[in-house]
Amino acid sequence: MTVQPDTTVDKATLTIDGFEITVPQGTLIIRAAEQLGIQIPRFCDHPLLDPVGACRQCIVEIEGQRKPVVACSVAVADGMAVRTQFTSKVADKAQKGTMELLLINHPLDCPVCDKGGECPLQNQAMSNGRSESRFRDVKRTYAKPLAISSQVLLDRERCVLCARCTRFSNQVAGDPFIELFERGALEQVAIYEDEPFESYFSGNTVQICPVGALTGAAYRFRARPFDLMSTPSVCEHCASGCAQRTDWRRGKVMRRLAGEDPEVNEEWNCDKGRWAFSYATEADRILTPLVRDEETGELTAASWPEALERAAAGLRIARDAGGVGMLCGGRVTLEDAYAYAKFARVVLGSNDVDMRARAHSAEELEFLTGVVAGHRDDVTYADLEAAPAVLLVGFEPEEESPIVFLRLRRLNQTRGLAVFAAAPFASPGTAKLNGTVLLTPPGSEPRVLAALGDGSAGGPGAAAASAMRRPGAVILIGERAAEFPGTFAAATSLAQTTGARMAWVPRRAGERGAVEAGALPSLLPGGVRADDAFARTGVLEFWGVDAPAAAGRDTAAMLSAAREGALGGLVVGGVDPADLPDPATALAALDAAGFVLSLEIRHSAVTERADVVLPVAPAVHKSGSYLTWEGRHRPFEETLRGTGALADGRVLHALADELDVDLALPTPEAARAELMSIGRLLAGATKSTGRLTGGATKSTGRLTGGATNTGSDFLPIGRLTGGATNTGPDFRSASSAGLRPDSPELRSGQALLASWRLLLDEGSLQDGEPHLAGTARRPVLRLSVGTAREIGASAGDLVTVTGAKASITLPLVVTVMPDRVVWVPMKSPGSAVRAGLGSAPGDVVAIAIGRPVN
Amino acid sequence: MPLTPVLTKRWLSPQSWSLRSYEELDGYTALRKALTVAPGELVTLVKDSGLRGRGGAGFPTGLKWSFIPQGDTGAGAKPKYLVVNADEGEPGTCKDLPLMMADPHSLIEGVIISSFAINANFAVIYVRGEAVHALRRVQSAVHEAYQAGYLGTDILGSGYDLEVVVHAGAGAYICGEETALLDSLEGYRGQPRLKPPFPAVAGLYGSPTVINNVETLCSVPYIVLGGAQWWKSMGTEKSSGPKIFSLSGRVEKPGQYEAPMGTTLRELLDLAGGVREGHELKFWTPGGSSTPYFTAEHIDVPLDFDEVAAAGSMLGTTALMIFDETDCIVKATLRFTKFYAHESCGKCTPCREGTYWMVQILQRLVDGEGTAEDLETLLDTCDNILGRSFCALGDGATSPITSSIQYFRDDYIALLPEHERAKLTVGAAQ
Ligand SMILES: Cc1cc2nc3c(=O)[nH]c(=O)nc-3n(C[C@H](O)[C@H](O)[C@H](O)COP(=O)(O)O)c2cc1C
Ligand code: SF4
Ligand code: SF4
Ligand code: SF4
Ligand code: FES
Repeated sequence: MTVQPDTTVDKATLTIDGFEITVPQGTLIIRAAEQLGIQIPRFCDHPLLDPVGACRQCIVEIEGQRKPVVACSVAVADGMAVRTQFTSKVADKAQKGTMELLLINHPLDCPVCDKGGECPLQNQAMSNGRSESRFRDVKRTYAKPLAISSQVLLDRERCVLCARCTRFSNQVAGDPFIELFERGALEQVAIYEDEPFESYFSGNTVQICPVGALTGAAYRFRARPFDLMSTPSVCEHCASGCAQRTDWRRGKVMRRLAGEDPEVNEEWNCDKGRWAFSYATEADRILTPLVRDEETGELTAASWPEALERAAAGLRIARDAGGVGMLCGGRVTLEDAYAYAKFARVVLGSNDVDMRARAHSAEELEFLTGVVAGHRDDVTYADLEAAPAVLLVGFEPEEESPIVFLRLRRLNQTRGLAVFAAAPFASPGTAKLNGTVLLTPPGSEPRVLAALGDGSAGGPGAAAASAMRRPGAVILIGERAAEFPGTFAAATSLAQTTGARMAWVPRRAGERGAVEAGALPSLLPGGVRADDAFARTGVLEFWGVDAPAAAGRDTAAMLSAAREGALGGLVVGGVDPADLPDPATALAALDAAGFVLSLEIRHSAVTERADVVLPVAPAVHKSGSYLTWEGRHRPFEETLRGTGALADGRVLHALADELDVDLALPTPEAARAELMSIGRLLAGATKSTGRLTGGATKSTGRLTGGATNTGSDFLPIGRLTGGATNTGPDFRSASSAGLRPDSPELRSGQALLASWRLLLDEGSLQDGEPHLAGTARRPVLRLSVGTAREIGASAGDLVTVTGAKASITLPLVVTVMPDRVVWVPMKSPGSAVRAGLGSAPGDVVAIAIGRPVN
Repeated sequence: MPLTPVLTKRWLSPQSWSLRSYEELDGYTALRKALTVAPGELVTLVKDSGLRGRGGAGFPTGLKWSFIPQGDTGAGAKPKYLVVNADEGEPGTCKDLPLMMADPHSLIEGVIISSFAINANFAVIYVRGEAVHALRRVQSAVHEAYQAGYLGTDILGSGYDLEVVVHAGAGAYICGEETALLDSLEGYRGQPRLKPPFPAVAGLYGSPTVINNVETLCSVPYIVLGGAQWWKSMGTEKSSGPKIFSLSGRVEKPGQYEAPMGTTLRELLDLAGGVREGHELKFWTPGGSSTPYFTAEHIDVPLDFDEVAAAGSMLGTTALMIFDETDCIVKATLRFTKFYAHESCGKCTPCREGTYWMVQILQRLVDGEGTAEDLETLLDTCDNILGRSFCALGDGATSPITSSIQYFRDDYIALLPEHERAKLTVGAAQ
């Protein structure tokens, strides 16, 4: 995207050290100087934070002004003549003076400081400081380090009190839990005793601290920056799509940093993306293929040829005994998802493939097929920038897509973007967005959305209804909409009646790509419907196979078919049964299935039940790409090379070989090249009179390594505008059967369950990082004041919610929410909803004060 | 010298602080007059009187008021606020607290007229936290004024409304700095704000705000009653009106002396019975510890904004701290510097670190452990603070140091150990 120069903005022409430059009025001197390549030293200045002018390091002179000024806080003016340290003795002396003062209380312990080697203070002391300090008195010292949280440590004597960390937390994250305390030389960064630094974004403070005052517990004293190799990477944790940088040494990742991408994550990331990477080096990592010993029933290490042979044999039998279903999980790369999608059709001859390892529905499939697939870049971060209002449906941005949250927050803070949330209560994230919550009991989403559409909504709903009609308004709908029948249909029709645009924001990093890759039972790659005879033929011709036109089974259907013996086997990649809507059935299915092949990084409930386990590479050991929620392509290279770990696609390619099929996907590049060819094929088809000329494009599919990282496009980008080819999804099957909490069917002591995942919880990709886990939100249970009173509970009391299988007991937080609705976190310590409670959001559960009676 | 008190004229009356006494002595007559005039005319009147702020900087008060955007659009459409700076914290200064103790209604009357002039319907009096006595007195005066209909809605039937809140600070010197005061008032830590935006455009809660000193506002009713010309008949051309001078230290009769702007220390000492018996003036501050010292040579400098500046110091808060030949200038300077180190808010490097360092150097000097380089280091550090720090507190911290070295370098040298002193003599001979 290119930014059009805004000609409406007034310009100012000034000189800096004699060089002339023209910049928009309001530009800060320090920014204008940067454009000329003139570097003015600075500490407190940060381009994404409000200026504060505290460190006084950036002093420059303006001709004709009595006093020198700070370049970071003073805006340019037409005709101004600025002199920096390069041409002004006054500026140079002031900067040296400030530097000397900054160092009098600095420990100068660079040799043992994490920041040494990449420290702005160290660097600028060299370039702009005095060679000798005149300070011969007593330095201020503090006990060190101070734990600001379990993950962030503070060495106060190193701090230059620039307030970057506090401003970031206040202005960007909205978590003002870290502040400057005390006065004078005793001024120091601290936290309130009763309110720890609980922020999902705290790691950014470590990254922007211009000295080594803030360090991450996991990285502290582990490495020197000059010993590290840095590889640009893309976060594998969510669909926000953060650019990152992975620093590693001798085959081991030492830390990850937020990368710079002004269009996506600006310069931030979340703590999960920054710190959750040790899962890949946990002790239960699978490094060799495993096959189940027929006699002992134990998994035993095997060679690749042996394991592939066993796997092929098993699949052959299973294919003949009803077929094989493929579950690939939502964490796949685009290339791996394509490999699963193609393997299912080309090798197994079936549409039984689904990436959704979570609640899902036929209605959702319609939505993904009709509204999402093939519509990349329909709504982007840039569209959020322009939106007057955003409606969140089944989506908690701070928990489920943190960079979307930061963007919404900035827009709310800077220009008052109106945020509405159809949710059971105003979550902490919604509160920080100054959002208006449309109190929605679980399951009532369709009703609430319908009221916005037909204008019958009152109160805050009326405001939301009119906001959604303003040009550019956006509906962000989460994957959780699949939990409540009728929600996708209602949201789609709301978009149609109001003219609002809509984007689907899944939680996992691979889901958006998997949709385009065709890893769904009703979709072929490129957004082609399996039942679209015309386009389908093109894809299948391209693959040179024939596959059933009917949609395949979805995740739940595959699992029950496997349990009942209708399916002969399952291929499972990266799925945690505990995340599935019905974990018990899933486990039973794995137990019952004739043959189970698991592609996994680490041991799991699936590998425990698998006949053959093939180890696959975690993100750090492979290259590939993700699509962000927008559909933006995010390619990444292999960070740690030469470990021998294979991507899922490579494993599937070898397995296909064993089954005498050439999958033709030996590398991610090959997968991307095929996707690109399919893209061209489809683009050509829509342009021409309608005949797909498969063969013509097939040959162009070769793409070599270097070309893949240019961000070149590989699939058609559709825009969901008026005359789009798309006919819209068919929601005939959808109904809005949600039980209302005021329904007479609900008795006192009963409630509807609401639940979602918190960003930091018991997800397996956060394993091995106790410091990070320590910053997770404390699991609580939420009830309205009325419902709490009904069961005799008050704030802080332990309350037990009992579901189909078991119960969960958590301390109560009384919350403004509909009566007879209870919320607990989905997969947090002490709160496993699916695997433990055995109930799903929208289900009726029992609530009672105290611990469970048994 | 004959004195006709203006600001202090009621101070010696019985129960001078009560509404009854105040009303008996012309109280609230200026208000009645002001409410009949258009607000804009009041601004012009104060401009014409030449009144300059009594909080230290001497900014023309009428001009400050005229910066408040008026009208129905943009910033003009926002509510406007008047904030009274009653945080009196400058060392040596003692005029606002006695004013509030002896004559709180004159402040309230000034507040009402000034608020009316800038179209404010809400005013805050921010009183230094430790000054509980003054706080109570102002609170009860505000209460009396509400009861009597001088505050609240439809004041004296004019249709004008004003609410006044008395707020206690927590006793930080920096909270006297107007933007730090606003932050403190809003519930934040008191640290100065970046300017622009200036308070006149975005002050309290982001709305246009005038911040004035107690003495400034107390002057307003007299100007309304007596007129601009009468006010200008007192004082000097560019510093009009009467002023309360606080004399403390080595004087026979320390206290508050009201005299026209431009009065000299010699004249004030006459009123205060002179330097204490048997001693002679050595150095003094014309306007508090943040203003460079004067010496006995400056005894005839007319104490108004421009003359004091021309003589190398600042009028500040007209807090005259008098020292005689028994006082050690280095010790006095150390004591002041400790104050700045203690009161520095910590926001900016030069003031925070500079005062921390200079205290240690001065302490060494006083302890006889100074070095030959210390004087240069002190002067150079002051140079790195003055005009480089975020707010005027840092600038003020350099005043005692640079001026004491300027006038009394030998006193510093005398404190050096022999061998260090020797280095200086050698250096000078070269
Ligand atoms: C460190 C510092 C402390 C100050 N303390 C006070 C104070 O206690 N009272 C006061 O009126 N002004 C004080 N000022 C000046 C105010 O910032 C401001 O100039 C004044 O209140 C404006 O009122 P005036 O225009 O009526 O003088 C202080 C300034 C600084 C830099
Ligand atoms: S901890 Fe770092 S970022 Fe925070 S104020 Fe200190 S130096 Fe600045
Ligand atoms: S916001 Fe999402 S993509 Fe970004 S670092 Fe966090 S988990 Fe990763
Ligand atoms: S000069 Fe700086 S540190 Fe000192 S009080 Fe002002 S802002 Fe605070
Ligand atoms: S960078 Fe300008 S004051 Fe800190």
